[in-house]
Amino acid sequence: MANLALGAAMTATSELAADDGESSGIFGWLFYSDGFHAPTVDEFFPPALFGEGTIFEFNRIMLARVIAAAVLILIFWLVARKAKVVPSRGQSVVEMMLDFVRTQIVEQVMDKENAKRFLPFLTTLFLAILAFNITGVIPFINMAGTSLIGLPIIMALWVYILYLAVGVKKHGLGGYLKTSLFPAGVPKGIYLLLTPIEFLQVFILRPATLALRLAANMMAGHLLLVLCFAATQYFFFEAAGAMKAMGTVTFVAGFAFTLFEIFVAALQAYVFVMLSAVYINMAIEEEH
Amino acid sequence: MNALNLIVVAAEEHGESSHNPLIPANYDILWSTIIFLIIVGVFMWKILPMLQKVLDERAEKIEGGIKKAEEAQSEAAAALEEYTAQLTEARAEAARIREDARSEAGQIVAETRESASGDAQRLVETAQKQIDAERQQAIVSLRSEVGALASELASRIVGESLKDDARQQRIIDGFLDDLEAQVSDSKAKG
Repeated sequence: MANLALGAAMTATSELAADDGESSGIFGWLFYSDGFHAPTVDEFFPPALFGEGTIFEFNRIMLARVIAAAVLILIFWLVARKAKVVPSRGQSVVEMMLDFVRTQIVEQVMDKENAKRFLPFLTTLFLAILAFNITGVIPFINMAGTSLIGLPIIMALWVYILYLAVGVKKHGLGGYLKTSLFPAGVPKGIYLLLTPIEFLQVFILRPATLALRLAANMMAGHLLLVLCFAATQYFFFEAAGAMKAMGTVTFVAGFAFTLFEIFVAALQAYVFVMLSAVYINMAIEEEH
Repeated sequence: MNALNLIVVAAEEHGESSHNPLIPANYDILWSTIIFLIIVGVFMWKILPMLQKVLDERAEKIEGGIKKAEEAQSEAAAALEEYTAQLTEARAEAARIREDARSEAGQIVAETRESASGDAQRLVETAQKQIDAERQQAIVSLRSEVGALASELASRIVGESLKDDARQQRIIDGFLDDLEAQVSDSKAKG
């Protein structure tokens, strides 16, 4: 709701000047609708808080990321600082999350030795994505840190460079190119077809899909929520008669999508880390 | 891909929008990098090692505990075996001792019985001899006494008038009384 309010405030800033008299006070602002505004891509390019137009431009999505990162670090720091052999309740929850990444993601993909090597990074990646995703449904933030493509790109690039680096380190540059572009056990002629596909896969599609899947899911989730709540606001406070009842439908839909977004936040973190583990494992495997 | 479609549609509807959500702005990249680097740094160099240390410590403790329990169990098993062996041995020994005692007791009983029956035989023999001797003696004394008594009875019968049965009866009764007295006398003497 607050997000909607913020969104409404933002889109309405220009119009507010014109019909100022219509809204007065906090309730006037909260229960006011000047018509239905479908959410647009501009949702993801809110006005700058400072540094507008420069590379240091800082808007509320950046703020959401900073808050998510700060809370994540704070929670884990507090738990890690007082971690004991016999865990407290909070420590158990934290350990459960670490355990989930280890047993359900990384060790499902790699053998134990490699899992141990890449576990710290993959665990960090999982927790970071989860924290950035979940801000999408946290009241007053209402914007996933990962719904702006920059952060998914940085994380995907990190994974990309990591799997290329460990692959080259393990097989040598030639060896890595050979194992990834010319998979063994295929008739020679097939390479004409297979090698370009594999090249696209390894060098372009893997990192691109990692970043796009995450960002697109988070953007879509945000647009859906804004759509539902903007419609609710419009139906309740602007539409007349029976149309007001429609607001109930859109509100229930918004509620359902909020729950769904919580699920998607966890699922996308899982998918991103699972695929990262798979890509790293493919790079260090002996043979495909 | 639905998500992408939605975004593209949203983008197209607002043709005047200058933003493409799939191309990052420079400030987006800058802040993303800074924030992600901070998270990775803090987690990989501080928080995760701290937690891992505790987890390792716990694993070590659990493993140590398991090993200790295993040791205790094997020790207990060994002790049990030893006790069982000792118990078996002790039982066998007890059985042996009991068997020895039983056979010894049998022997003692047999010996005792033998010696007792010998004694009895001797006693019987002695008694028999004594009885024979006494009978012999009784026969001898009776023979002389019966003779004397018979002659006395005859003399009395002759000495008395034998007119009526009553007198006759009296005489016989008196004789018998005397005889009785004599026998009890001789018994008292003997």
